Amino acid sequence: MNTTAAGVLAPQARLLPALAAVYRAQLSRARVSRIPLLFVATFQSVGIMILMRGVVDGGSEARAVVAGSSVLVVAFVALNLLAQYFGQLRASGGLDHYATLPVPPASVVLGAAAAYASFTLPGTLVTAVFGCLLFGLPMGGLWILAAVVPLAGAALAGLGAALGLLAPRQELATLAGQLGMSAALLLGVLPPERMPDVIVWARDLLPSTYGVEAFARTFTPHPDWAAVGLDLGVCGVVGVLSLAVATWAYRRAAVR
Amino acid sequence: MAADAASDVVCAVRDLVKTYPAVRGRRGAPALPETRATDGVCLDVRRGEIFGLLGPNGAGKSTLVRQLTGLMRPDSGSVTLLGHDLVRHPERAARLLAYLGQESTALDELTVALAAETTGRLRGLGVRPARAERDAVLEELGLTAIAGRPLKKLSGGQRRLACFAAALVGERPVLVLDEPTTGMDPVARRAVWAAVDRRRAQHGATVLLVTHNVIEAETVLDRVAVIDQGRVIACDSPAGLKARVSGEVRLELVWRTAPPLEVPEVAALAPAAAGAGRRWVLRLASDEARAAVAAVTGGPAFAALDDFTLATPSLEDVYLALGGRTSKGLVKS
Repeated sequence: MNTTAAGVLAPQARLLPALAAVYRAQLSRARVSRIPLLFVATFQSVGIMILMRGVVDGGSEARAVVAGSSVLVVAFVALNLLAQYFGQLRASGGLDHYATLPVPPASVVLGAAAAYASFTLPGTLVTAVFGCLLFGLPMGGLWILAAVVPLAGAALAGLGAALGLLAPRQELATLAGQLGMSAALLLGVLPPERMPDVIVWARDLLPSTYGVEAFARTFTPHPDWAAVGLDLGVCGVVGVLSLAVATWAYRRAAVR
Repeated sequence: MAADAASDVVCAVRDLVKTYPAVRGRRGAPALPETRATDGVCLDVRRGEIFGLLGPNGAGKSTLVRQLTGLMRPDSGSVTLLGHDLVRHPERAARLLAYLGQESTALDELTVALAAETTGRLRGLGVRPARAERDAVLEELGLTAIAGRPLKKLSGGQRRLACFAAALVGERPVLVLDEPTTGMDPVARRAVWAAVDRRRAQHGATVLLVTHNVIEAETVLDRVAVIDQGRVIACDSPAGLKARVSGEVRLELVWRTAPPLEVPEVAALAPAAAGAGRRWVLRLASDEARAAVAAVTGGPAFAALDDFTLATPSLEDVYLALGGRTSKGLVKS
């Protein structure tokens, strides 16, 4: 049996080309089936801002509401929908497809996460513009969304993918995604000034908070750019960590 | 001679064991005892052959295949594929074989073309080669006309064929196909077997096929391992297996209403008959079968007879003769 030389191994797919292929495939999926959900996410955030308009009257609270509602779109798609997607993929055996291809786990997780996150950009932008008009905030700083969406998206998508891949059952993955989204909604949209200490700590633990804070700071007449950079830095670090956890979770789920 | 045969072994499996732990009962889900899904399996698959795993549903075929493709770790035993130890290095399986599983959820929302192209890219092909192979495979399987449609919108057989196409993009020396033709019409089936044969003739590809379809097993397989309750109960060519029961023939009787048990000859056959209600299946030595046919077609029993067939044994008969517990999961179509 050992008389033959070992068979030639086909080359492994490299990280970036594989990531690009997964990204492209996921984005095309999103076009087909996720656009209605993006509308839901956007209308939900717009609705929340209209509701809050009756309670909040300008100032820091208005900035927090607009920033929180915008980032909520990211949380809805990247955390909630991605958790559901990976939960479903794992439960139905769909992961076998990727697991029997010579593709780095990081490519699958990052490709899917990036597709979901970039898919949220239009919804986030619409929400932010609408919020600025509603609360009379300046729109000059909206370019920061180009940094906030990928960074908060990475953190939330990694979290969502990890939840979906680690949940022992599909329903639990869906539940975890929904709960994560509810947390992002309550802790991100409501102005922190009125919250009790315990809730504020919980708020500090949620990765999307730093995206919200960074975005909210840019509405002030003279933004504190150092603080914005720090917040985005935290977002990025959490993003790297959560994507690493998601990659580990994928490996674990793929070989049972 | 023995050394020659051994050097031609592509996939060697020795004493493979996999046990699923007992599952505690929950609401809506009954408790399951510990199950030995793979029970000391030994196999040798040779280069260039179409090797089949045949058995009813739940026999342990898919569990076995998952261990051969590195998707599942066995509890003990060894799997050697093209000289690589897949128990120690399960990740190498993806670089040696192409796998078509039973599920298509990973590809469902993609178009046929994108599913094939993406799979090729993830098998390590560059953009251009992946597209060229995609076009060639879709053309070969007659899928070009529906290349732009999402898999979700296709019929079951077409979707299966699209998944098969994805499995072929990015050539591999070993193809592992888990019930590839489920739900396909005869045209699609022919396309699948023609594509498999072409790869065998041109590249010496080896195919490991899981099936519960007896007719398909008899027509396409070079050798077949019959699996029952996690064990290989026989392994030979379909003709060789059938020779084991060559002394027997199969007699099928279909009665118009109830079997006429008041006829003594019919009553005598009743204990040997398997089947349900109006349909009887008997496995008899050829002279006994001749006598039985004479009895049911000649006497008063003929009035109650709707149809009868006399046939040489199929792999299903082999399966039952070898002690297979149930033939319910085997399909003949």
